Formats: sequence, C-alpha cells, structure tokens
Amino acid sequence: MLEVSGLTVEYATQNGTVRAVDDVSFTVGRGEFLGIVGESGCGKSTLLFGIAQLLSPPARITAGSVTFAGKNLVAMTDKQLAAIRWRNLSVVMQSAMNALNPVKSVGAQFADALRAHGVSSRKPIVARSAEVLRMVGIDPVHLKSYPHQLSGGMRQRAMIAMALLFTPDLVIMDEPTSALDVVAQRSLMVQIKELQRELGFAIIFVTHDMSLVSHFSDNLLVMYAGQIAEIGGTRQIFASPLHPYSRGLLEAFPGIRGPKVPLKGIPGAPPDLSVIPNGCRFLPRCPLKMDECATTQPALVERDGVAVRCLLYVPESLGAAQ
Amino acid sequence: MTELLRADNLTRHFKIGATLSRRTLHAVDDVSFSIGEREIVALAGESGSGKSTVARLLARLYKPTGGQVLFEGKPISAIRSRRDKLRYSGQVPMVFQDPFSSTNPVFRVSHGVLRVLKLHRPELSARERQAEAQRVFEVVGLGADMLQRYPHELSGGQRQRVGFAQALAARPKLILADEPVSMLDVSIRIGLLNLMTKLRDSEGVSILYITHDIASARYVADRLIVMYAGQIAEVGPIEDVLAGPKHPYTQLLLSAVPDPKAPPPSAAALAAAVGERGEPPKVIDPVPGCRFLPRCPVSTDICGKVTPELRVLTATREIAGAAAAAGEVAVATDEATREVACHVAQSGVDVKAFS
Repeated sequence: MLEVSGLTVEYATQNGTVRAVDDVSFTVGRGEFLGIVGESGCGKSTLLFGIAQLLSPPARITAGSVTFAGKNLVAMTDKQLAAIRWRNLSVVMQSAMNALNPVKSVGAQFADALRAHGVSSRKPIVARSAEVLRMVGIDPVHLKSYPHQLSGGMRQRAMIAMALLFTPDLVIMDEPTSALDVVAQRSLMVQIKELQRELGFAIIFVTHDMSLVSHFSDNLLVMYAGQIAEIGGTRQIFASPLHPYSRGLLEAFPGIRGPKVPLKGIPGAPPDLSVIPNGCRFLPRCPLKMDECATTQPALVERDGVAVRCLLYVPESLGAAQ
Repeated sequence: MTELLRADNLTRHFKIGATLSRRTLHAVDDVSFSIGEREIVALAGESGSGKSTVARLLARLYKPTGGQVLFEGKPISAIRSRRDKLRYSGQVPMVFQDPFSSTNPVFRVSHGVLRVLKLHRPELSARERQAEAQRVFEVVGLGADMLQRYPHELSGGQRQRVGFAQALAARPKLILADEPVSMLDVSIRIGLLNLMTKLRDSEGVSILYITHDIASARYVADRLIVMYAGQIAEVGPIEDVLAGPKHPYTQLLLSAVPDPKAPPPSAAALAAAVGERGEPPKVIDPVPGCRFLPRCPVSTDICGKVTPELRVLTATREIAGAAAAAGEVAVATDEATREVACHVAQSGVDVKAFS
C-alpha cells in the first residue's frame, strides 16, 4: 500500500548539506504495523516527515519516491496532498500538547478537519466526533473541553481519535507515548493495537524505545545515521538481532525479570551526519569491526528474510572475519 | 548499614487557586524513609506522584509543610548560617534531568566544576583546583581535555557526566539524581547507570535515584521506594519488591514495564490492560481513604474510610520459593524490611491485583 523507495532527505546548512535520510526503501502493507526505532538524530523523524510530505526548508527531498495507494506523494501539489491528508493518511505528532490548538475546544478542532473534507452539516460532525472519541475511550463530553483541561494521556488519545476521523488507510505516529508514564503508555499501545484490529489501518510507529514496540509491531526498521541498519520481522529481530547496532540496543535494556547482568551499552555517541565516513557509519562504536569496514560502505544484504547493512553478512568478508 | 539521611513524616502542600477558591495540593503527604551510607535508593512513581518534590525537600529548595529531614542525625531545618547551607548543598548536591539546560552555555564546562571547588573547598589553591577538576572528570569517564570544551560541543551523555562531575567536586555524601538518564538515548543510558554504581562503590557516595523506569532502577539500586499520589505505597530491597510486589499499585507498575525478552502478552492480559486507563490523581484537598482506591481491583470497605499507613508486613510468605518455581532468580527474602501501605496486604491477603 505504501512504498518508499530510495528516499533521501537533505538539510541545507551553513556547512554544506546534511543527509538526514539516505536512500531508505521499504513497503508497508495493508493493516501492517511497522515500528521504526533509532536514537535521536538518526533521521527517524525526518523520514516520517518525508513520507507525510511535511518537510519544510531547509529540509528537502532530493531523491526517491513515496508511493501511496498507487500515487507518488513526492510529486503531488499541496492541493492534491490536502485531499489525501486526514482522509487516507493521517499523522499523530509527538507532543499532543503542541499539536492541539490551545484556544479551541477539542470538538472545534475535530470539526475543522471534517469540514475541510466536505462534511459540512453539524449533525454528522458531532456524531462522528463523539464516535471517534468513544473509540479511544474518552467520554464525548470532552468535545467541549480545551486541551489544557485534559491530562497528558487523554490529549494523546484525542490526537489519535482525530487521526481516525475518516478511518484512514495509514496512520503515521511519531513517538505518541513518549510523554506518558509506563502504565498510561502500555494502555495506549494496547488501545492502538485494538483499534488497528477493528479498523484495519496500517501504522508506522516511530520511537526511540525498542522495548515499546516489541510486542506490538509486525515489522521493525532499525535506523542508524540516516540509513536502514536492519529491517525485518519484529520477533525475529528481537530473537536474533543481526546488526551489531540492533544487538547493542537490545542489550542496553536492563530487564526487570531474570538474572541481573552487567550491561555495557554502546560506547561512543551517535554520529554527526554532516561528516559522512568512507566506510560503515557504525564503525566507531562497533565491537565487531573488521579492517574493510573503514573503507567499504556496506549495502543491505538479505539474510533469512531480514535485510541487514553489515559486512559481517556479506559472504566473502564472513570468511575474512573468522 | 549506617543511616545517612532520614525523612520523618515529610509533608509538603502547595496552595493553589485565587483567594476565594483557595485549595491545597498535597504534593507529598506524610512520607518517611531513610537512606543509608553507600546505598542507592530508587524513588519510583508516575509523573505527579511527588517524587521530584521529595528531592527538592531534601535539597532544601522547598521548606516542608510538616515533618523533618535528618541528615547525619541533625535536622536540616536547623541549618541557618551561610556556611552551614553551603556545606549541606555540597554534601547533598542535585543532578538534574535535562543536561541541556543545567550547564551554562557561555562558559567552558571547567567553569562549573572550578566554581564548585572554589565555593565548597576554599582551602584548595588554584593549581589544586585544576588537579581536582581533572580528577573528578576522570572519575566520571571524561578525559581531562573535555574540561576546555563548551557544553554545545558535548553530547547529551557527556553533559550529564559533567553534571555528576560537578556534584562530585564538592565531595558529596548523597547525590540527589532527578531522572538523570531519561533524556538520554538508550545506547548511552547504561554508561551513566554504570557510573552511578561506580560512584557508590569506589567513591562511597549514596544516591537517591528518582525515576519512572523500574528496569533501570533495578539495575543500579539497592532499595526501592514506590510513590503514589504523594505517599509511599511500598518500600523494600529492590529484588524483593520486583519478585513479589505487595501493593496493588506496585503490581500495576511492574506489569506495565515492557519486556522485549518476554513472549508477547496473552489476549486476556491485553484486554485487562485496555480497561486499566486510570491516571494518578492530583491530590487536592484529599479526604481520608486510600488514594489508589479508584483504580484498585481488590479494595474493601475500609479502604474508602481510612488512609492506609506504611507498615512492615508481618506475615511471612514464600516469595523466594514462588519466584524460583516461576523460573526466576530466587531472592533471599527478609519480610521485616518490606513496608506496604495497603489495608488488604496488611490483613494478610496475598494481593494479586495485576499480573
């Protein structure tokens, strides 16, 4: 349903261009749940904005296409995009606090979105707004509430309700739970999953917390320094991560059950995208580096249905490493 | 373990609203706990549960409405002179959540550390201050060359290390760390957590680690205090509490922690989680009764009438055995150290509210 191919996004800065998203390709099927994980600055939010065509200068899509339901979003005009947004594709932003208009009631904001897509009479507007609010577990009396009167969790739910006004085919979520505590976080995740099962929309869910999506997403995309490090089935990646970065990320989570083991985390810091190295971008932090990593840029290679960007899995270098 | 700090019935209320609608927010209500020497105590709870207020009370940033804090046996309310204040803030420094706003962007990071040394250890000469600054930087895992950098040249993890270096420069006994890793990326969090255990083990510092992340608390802490709505719900050695939480809220909190290594939750568990969407209350002009009551599935009549007190559980139970049977680490259990504020648990019932 959604096909991202070769998407590249660059930021023009004083010190030249920074390639925040570099040649990213993947597909999302109908009703699929794709989790995108990565550290701050790895380009995951930029990727998301690139898909939704929400980038504003100095960011610019320099290559690639985003094909949604057979049409290339990158080539569309604003007017064409406006017709698709909310109706077929909606976005839930990271901070509902900032995404909702503080001087308008929740109901008025829902009505705005509905009117923009041709629902103009009052009755269906109110009926639909109440319906979606009920879907996310909020009492419809809150249509009259202003954002500040809702708690953080309720605001996030209201944002999700708004995204579901037209029962879109794809909902893009940018860390919708990051401001919530664990209990609220889990109940929101479960609810999102529940709604997905009922309504059948696909989800792209961006987060920095890998453990959050471990039980909810079908597929997982691990991003590092603007590129796909590893992409494949979620359970498979959690069970046997291939890329040293995914492995490091997984091992960086202390568990609350099982024996307590000392953890190391990943040494070093996320890379600066304005200086692209010749070899592998993960090299400075990699515990398994080899000589050719400094000179060869690894490509994505397929292994057991998982695509991974690491020379360890390129057949000829495998021998060299051992 | 020698006791370093003790809070007795610590209470902090805030007045909110205008003159005619004056109400009282009970941010921290009747909280008692102690922190030993060379001990990391984790203080966990949801946002709004009062955990940061506790830290600020201990740091003397707020004056308590009631109760008192004893540091090395002496009440901190008795601290009056500038010298005593300075000494206390050096012995009990804070490390803040946001490393991006807690360092001054216009000075090199050495400025903060040297200033702390000048204020708190005036006996040192300029050269000794430099040497000491280098030493604390090395302890927190930063090279001496980092001293000459500006905050914007450092990553988030490095900046947070600078925060710990500043705290360390004053030769602290207890560091109050308010969510020190929550703004950092997963891959560098562990480094900071390891630093905290190192400070305890090699520098002999106690740490109050305030967090909502139970897994990281388990990784570093010796003891766990769980707060709910301004009160303590449960206290105990952290492995004990995690192996056999007694308070329904602790059980809820633990059940919500995502565990990537565990198999996916059952449909029934998920359905139960959908029903559980309560949120911690804002405690404004509270009436007697348990504050967890509206979300509690095991409540009884008394819960709505009497506020449960934090009490040592007397009934002994085979927690260690049960944990071992479930394939988990067996933990030596000493029930006498576990305190719970729940009528149902105190009546001897084995509470199973959330699993």
